[in-house]
Amino acid sequence: MTTRMLGAPVLRTEDPRLLRGEGRYLDDLGQGAYEVAIVRSPHAHARVLDIDVTGALDVDGVVAVYTYEDLPPRLRERLPVLIPHPALTAARTQHVLAAGEVNHVGEAVAMVVARDRYLAEDAANRIHVAYEPLPAVVGHERAASGQLLVHDDIPGNLAATLTQEIGDAPGRIAAAPNRLTFRLDIDRSASTPMETRGVHARWDADDQRLRVHSSTQTPTSVRAVVASYLELPLAQVECVAPDIGGGFGVKIVHPWPEELLVPWAARLLGHEVKFTEDRREHFISANHERGQVQFIDVGFDDDGRILGLDVRLLHDHGAYIPYGLIVPIITSTQLLGPYRITDYRVRFDSLYTNTVPVSPYRGAGRPQGCFAMERTMDRIARHLGLDRTLVRERNLIRPDEMPYDFGLTFQDGRPYAYDSGDFPASLAKLRELADWDGFPARRAAAEAAGRLLGIGMAAYVEGTGVGPYEGGHVQVETTGKVKVATGLSTQGQGHRTAFAQVVADALGVPFEDVEVVTGDTRRFAYAVGTFASRAAVMSGNAIHLAALKVREKALRIASEALEVDVEDLELVDGHVRVVGSPATSIPLGVLATMSNPLRYAFDASARIATQFASPGTTDRPPVAAGESPGLEGTDFYSPLRSTFANGMHAVEVEVDPETSDVRILRYSVVHDCGTLINPMIVEGQIMGGVAQGVGGALYEEMAYDEHGQLLNASFMDFLMPYASEVPAVAVDHLETPSPLNPLGIKGAGEAGVIPGSAALASAIEDAVGVGIDAMPLSPSRLHALRVAADHR
Amino acid sequence: MDRTTPAPEALHDVELTVNGQVRRARVPARRLLSDLLRHDLELTGTHVGCEHGVCGACTVLLDGMPVRSCLTLAVSVSGRAVTTVEGLAAEDGTLHPVQRAFQEHHGLQCGFCTPGFIMTACAFLAEEPAPDAATIRDAMSGNLCRCTGYAGILAAVAGAAEELAGTGVDPRERHRPEGAA
Ligand code: FES
Ligand code: FES
Repeated sequence: MTTRMLGAPVLRTEDPRLLRGEGRYLDDLGQGAYEVAIVRSPHAHARVLDIDVTGALDVDGVVAVYTYEDLPPRLRERLPVLIPHPALTAARTQHVLAAGEVNHVGEAVAMVVARDRYLAEDAANRIHVAYEPLPAVVGHERAASGQLLVHDDIPGNLAATLTQEIGDAPGRIAAAPNRLTFRLDIDRSASTPMETRGVHARWDADDQRLRVHSSTQTPTSVRAVVASYLELPLAQVECVAPDIGGGFGVKIVHPWPEELLVPWAARLLGHEVKFTEDRREHFISANHERGQVQFIDVGFDDDGRILGLDVRLLHDHGAYIPYGLIVPIITSTQLLGPYRITDYRVRFDSLYTNTVPVSPYRGAGRPQGCFAMERTMDRIARHLGLDRTLVRERNLIRPDEMPYDFGLTFQDGRPYAYDSGDFPASLAKLRELADWDGFPARRAAAEAAGRLLGIGMAAYVEGTGVGPYEGGHVQVETTGKVKVATGLSTQGQGHRTAFAQVVADALGVPFEDVEVVTGDTRRFAYAVGTFASRAAVMSGNAIHLAALKVREKALRIASEALEVDVEDLELVDGHVRVVGSPATSIPLGVLATMSNPLRYAFDASARIATQFASPGTTDRPPVAAGESPGLEGTDFYSPLRSTFANGMHAVEVEVDPETSDVRILRYSVVHDCGTLINPMIVEGQIMGGVAQGVGGALYEEMAYDEHGQLLNASFMDFLMPYASEVPAVAVDHLETPSPLNPLGIKGAGEAGVIPGSAALASAIEDAVGVGIDAMPLSPSRLHALRVAADHR
Repeated sequence: MDRTTPAPEALHDVELTVNGQVRRARVPARRLLSDLLRHDLELTGTHVGCEHGVCGACTVLLDGMPVRSCLTLAVSVSGRAVTTVEGLAAEDGTLHPVQRAFQEHHGLQCGFCTPGFIMTACAFLAEEPAPDAATIRDAMSGNLCRCTGYAGILAAVAGAAEELAGTGVDPRERHRPEGAA
């Protein structure tokens, strides 16, 4: 009997290759390729007066140097606005190479192609660019004041203002017995995958085809944009995402300038060309996220129930806005979390600054929203002298209120409606897992020893599995092996394993016989991409549906061959067999052969499908109308709307009374992402997310000075957590399957990171008794807050 | 800015032992060991995450000691022995106990940092065959991983230590499956 794979903690099939050092990441490809170095702006805001490349041309091994002037007309156009929105009235994107102006440190100005990267960098250093520096706009306040402009023709530095409203928040707040208003600040951070960006291209002059490899979360869309900007028919362009060393959102953005320049140069030069970004470049030319200023106005009753909530957000999206308004829209909606809030108004201003552009980083606006909501809950609790979990409990949406439609519009343009979840049950689990009720005793014991302890929590709801669609192709080969393809790419989520589990169950084949390919447009050309915790939901279900088609076809062919009703057949261990008489069976591989009527017996097994060996009936064509040869199926999954995962974190911290250093003593996670395909992988996603949450709360920030220089653009100064900073995590799952998709899955990719800052702020505030309104919180910042509080 | 015509670079012969084999290359003096391994010898299992010595992805063993190959000049290792992640699994591909432990404990997601962690772990376990959890955490705290949150990595190193304990196997050596000569 084939054992059920869905829900089993199967070891990953991708691991042995990667562990032996046989992975193929972007920079492992194209060993003979020319390499690219980019000349980047050292100024945050400047006019480019002149570019003198003559010095570069003298370097031995330089092949070509390009500036804006050298580009063909189509490549001189600005990059696309990837996600247009009616409110995005002043969208501005960059050029692939600066056209007379630069708007952030790191913006691409010129490109050198050389025999290797060392020589390309030598040459890049010899290019002289004359700049006329302009004043830089840095920070929310300066951007919002509009006194200095990033783009001369965009007044107020304002790309968009968007208000969403349900009920009458101002009215309810004014009439509420209690009211609080306050400001919160969140600093920037960034995805910071261990592998930087990279792209490699090869023009095959014989086939007249362009093959692009990119370290991207969306190879299908990279293919389309390369074809568009290089003015090639789509059929002549293919894009493959090789092994990818992490993405976390930043690699969903496309096209990066290099993603167009490298293929263009490869075709022009008739030689492979490759760009591998270095770490400093990644800090100053790959997108950031998180930075927001939030103004909260909340009215609530004496039990802590929120009556009205009015929120204003200043969102700093950097120098350009290629990814539209996705991040602030997500903050605006997901801020509501698991709480029943009927009177809500949220308005955001999306502002230009002379800094690296902003686009989603794991969590994508949700950590900020969660911070706003959960800080609000804590303030209400403190104001009323109530337990923090009690205030939350009183505001939770109940399971019998599901589906719960807020009346807002989500990031996919569809209703913001929760499909499932049991929030009170999650809270009860969390209190138990974290031993919330035992904390006062722990604190008292610690206090007696002169130690400062605090506990905090935060809850979130995460819209996952956004559309529009994904697809899957499942094919049984005549060997009986099953080949599966889906278009989106993989950055470490173990899709090959998880999707093979889905197919093994649907087809009743051994897991080992299923091989999955992701992110290769040659194998599957229709896809959207890997973001928004959507891959398992979207491709998982699409592959499941495709496998069901194959199953149906296998049963049909077997039913004809065995002259047995389909209802009396089952798929077990790679065979279709008769229920109750397992000896009567046909291997799937044989059914695959039979499904493809042949003229030529190219091998022994093919004989059975040839015209004289298997004449069949002569009163219908060998491939009947509506049929197609081959035991394969393609299907797509396109949901009506997003599904919503949820969870809650609690964290217990110790603050050093002398140094204000924060140590995490205990971290508890309760998590509901519906049906688990592979609990080991899901847990890994949560652990990784928690580590990023801790980093964002305590360590990571983008230290821009007032001139727009990023002062910490290296791993020496941008502090990502090592093992020494990440706590052990206790996890408990709640599985309320989503009613929206056949497998009942909700996404899990981003969850772990969302409540990190909120929970840690809550715990630290509890430990030191000083209000925490800004993140991240380094020991020196915390110390300054404590000293200031002492002096009040 | 430099306006003189740059002189072509002088090349130097390097001869070293990599994973038990003598390898030779002609490289400029500034060539990094990481680039020599990855691009001259095409051993791309060693990864580069920062090229400034912080992330540890590029860790290899130099005469058995862990070094950051991005901070090591290729010309400086002539005559010495380097072990990379390609030098651990058995000839038939069977995973080394440390590698296997990483799979079993889900110690990798994207796999980019993994070779650095594995080489670090091999050197650590050679020195400290019976470490406790705190020592393991400490020893693994010089490498960055953005995916895993480290839980699986720490469990893997503990698992590998247990597995290797008492076998007398030097974890820096290529794996010899039982039964193999
Ligand atoms: S690449 Fe060598 S330490 Fe990061
Ligand atoms: S597994 Fe991706 S960086 Fe460690």
